[in-house]
Amino acid sequence: MADPPQTPLTAPAVPAVDEQKRVERAAREAGRPPNALSRLLDSAPARNLGLVAVLVLLGIVGVSTADTFLTRSNLLTILTSASVIGVITVGVTMVIIGGGIDLSVGKVMALASVWSTTVATQSYGPVVMIFCALAVGAGCGLVNGLLIAYGRIVPFIVTLAMAISAQGLAEQISGRRSQIVTDPTIAGIANTRLLGIPLLVYIFAAVVAVGWVVLNRTTFGRRTFAIGGNPEAARLAGLDVRRHTIALYVVSGLCCGIAAIMISSLTTTGSSTHGTLYELDAIAAVIIGGTLLSGGRGTLVGSILGVLVFTTITNLFVLNNLATEVQNIAKGVIIVVAVLIQGRARRSSFSTG
Amino acid sequence: MAPLLLTMRGIVKQFPGVRALDGVDLDVAPGEVHCLLGQNGAGKSTLIKVLAGAHQPDAGEITFDGQPVSFGSPQAADQAGIATIYQELDLVPGLTVAENVMLGHEPARLGFTRPREGDERTRDLLRRLGHPEIPARRELGRLSAAGQQVVSMARALARDARLIVMDEPSAVLDPDEVQNLFRVIRELTTEGVAIVYISHRLDEIRQIGDRVTVLKDGRTVARNLPARDTPTAEVIRLMTGRSIEYVFPPHGAAPGSEVVLDVQGLTRPGEFADVSFTVRSGEVVGLAGLVGSGRSEILETVYGARRPAAGTVRVHGRALRPGSVPSAVRARVGLCPEERKSQGLLMAEPVSRNVSLSALRRFARAGFLGRDAEVAAVGAVTAQLDVRPADPTRPVRTLSGGNQQKVVLARWLLRGCDVLLLDEPTRGVDVGARSEIYALIRRLADSGVAVVLVSSEVPEVLGLADRVLVVREGRVVRTAPSAELDESRVLDLVMEGTVHG
Repeated sequence: MADPPQTPLTAPAVPAVDEQKRVERAAREAGRPPNALSRLLDSAPARNLGLVAVLVLLGIVGVSTADTFLTRSNLLTILTSASVIGVITVGVTMVIIGGGIDLSVGKVMALASVWSTTVATQSYGPVVMIFCALAVGAGCGLVNGLLIAYGRIVPFIVTLAMAISAQGLAEQISGRRSQIVTDPTIAGIANTRLLGIPLLVYIFAAVVAVGWVVLNRTTFGRRTFAIGGNPEAARLAGLDVRRHTIALYVVSGLCCGIAAIMISSLTTTGSSTHGTLYELDAIAAVIIGGTLLSGGRGTLVGSILGVLVFTTITNLFVLNNLATEVQNIAKGVIIVVAVLIQGRARRSSFSTG
Repeated sequence: MAPLLLTMRGIVKQFPGVRALDGVDLDVAPGEVHCLLGQNGAGKSTLIKVLAGAHQPDAGEITFDGQPVSFGSPQAADQAGIATIYQELDLVPGLTVAENVMLGHEPARLGFTRPREGDERTRDLLRRLGHPEIPARRELGRLSAAGQQVVSMARALARDARLIVMDEPSAVLDPDEVQNLFRVIRELTTEGVAIVYISHRLDEIRQIGDRVTVLKDGRTVARNLPARDTPTAEVIRLMTGRSIEYVFPPHGAAPGSEVVLDVQGLTRPGEFADVSFTVRSGEVVGLAGLVGSGRSEILETVYGARRPAAGTVRVHGRALRPGSVPSAVRARVGLCPEERKSQGLLMAEPVSRNVSLSALRRFARAGFLGRDAEVAAVGAVTAQLDVRPADPTRPVRTLSGGNQQKVVLARWLLRGCDVLLLDEPTRGVDVGARSEIYALIRRLADSGVAVVLVSSEVPEVLGLADRVLVVREGRVVRTAPSAELDESRVLDLVMEGTVHG
């Protein structure tokens, strides 16, 4: 038998007459975080403000250590290098909010980049290449989703297996060689600028915007939060949890397909070595962005800020000619500190639950 | 009789909105089997949790072995010599039998466990319990439910407990296993160990019990009755009747003539068999039965949350796809599930999003949510149900149980439904909100909704339902208009089958 929630009683024996008042008071108290600091930390914008503060801090460090940091070209470099992982992170954020995890994104992107840049595919021109990359990404996502929703295998295992097989397939197709992108349209994407800003940054921004609207303004997004927060309640409320889960992994795969075109253009190659460890970078960005790994809560803006924090760190290390080893240590520390702060904020606001 | 081992006096335990215990007295002598009787919600579970140190009482005195005690934690109760065998066995399936028995008390030297010594002691205990065939090194999850129960007993014995609380131990046992359990209990009591025994099966209580204490509405209504000689009628009289009179709304006009929900031959092996009933528009049909009788399973199967092995569910004459919740919801069927928090609500989300969850499509155009329309519609429904506090942006976890239940009801009100399935709609709901929920259910029925109500509380079923189905061990044993039944008759029907095995 389920017990009523245990909240500390303010007064041991209250006459039944005041019952409703007492319950309401308890509810008010439960709803009120105990102090201003944790309230500040708990509010969604503030959590993002924390990341903005980190970015500002990194900016100050950048300005004081490298003259070139605050130049227009360097800032665009940061955004451009954030764009590929950023697009992937949009998909990963949605999957994680929906209660899943996708470890296959890096390798699915590699596979899509290889498949869309074979000599045969390239002979059909840029439209077919783009379609091919998107189809490969969505197809891998569909397989992930079907196995998770109908095969009842946990997402961790399914997507890990997908990562391994996608890697293998990419190597098989490419013969472990980098495939040069000869198509001028695809190769030109990375060099195209509109109003002085690289096209890749526009693509990144567009994917983020679409992702944000889907998550926050559509039934699909609302259901994603519900299914991640309490799949059983969502199922009993009449939502088709399985179909929705499949859709989420397809979206994640589609993001990989878009990212594959971007990275093929950026490096003018399709290669099975693209995207190595991107899944971990994306998940790390999602985590420091304040999304719960258990699902149901999170923001896309936080994830994107997380991506920018990591990319800026990399940029700072490059500008200062520092070793990448130290850079990874810094990233690790940031992940832990971010999660510690969020954990504290959550505990204080969740004291009843 | 020897000096008492345990006395509890005036134990009070208050939860938000519910006074679970309201002055419980209990005396247990060494070497006796003391039976605790009471309907669901009478406070038995809370009482044993107080005894086990899992809950701290707000008032009252406990003396154990002549000393006043207060158990601040389960460890404290454990050290004093009180062991509890819960209904849901609290064992670790991935560990071996011996590791479970020794859990927390592993024989060790310098921090290194001595598994062989643990195995030996476990084998001794299992032999003493009459189950030498259970291998000490077997993984626990591979044992039957009965086997796990024995391991749970062995664990209590390993702690040298002087008082063992058993919460419905026979529920998972076959008749001959029950006899073996009784043999073990008799052995223990001759050694001076006291047993607090909770069961709904009166014949067991007559066989094994020495004295009986009856709880009702969190109070002790009879203490230390002789277990063998108290007449059944007397026991049932003590368990029934409410000290708190709930206000049930008057039954409405006669139900309509149209059969809205038609369930035929519904079967899930091991849970229930051949369940058939119909509900007309405007009718409230109650399913009365004990926990584990299959009533919640029946409801969830009608809703499509479980797939039936046989049988059909028709709504307005059209068959639902078996095992498909979306199919049921499309046919305008709604469910308020038994476990509100884990099955019904998104606890971290605001009231509004919980209410609109099943009706999102109505506020969407091409998938985009019209949030103003959503907020307005949710506000109208929550105001209509008087959800307090009246702020739909508040996280649902901050609401009281009664208001949380109203949120789940509001969800189906907003979506609109022709069939409403309610599973324990007033569990954990305080007195005031109960009457409101009763009135609401009646109002829904009067507006033409076909309602199916499951409740452990017999008065609730009788007070609300037009017709009652009594469910026992997965079968409908009696169908009658509620006017032809009374509380003791239903309680008798509910328990009778278990009395005769």
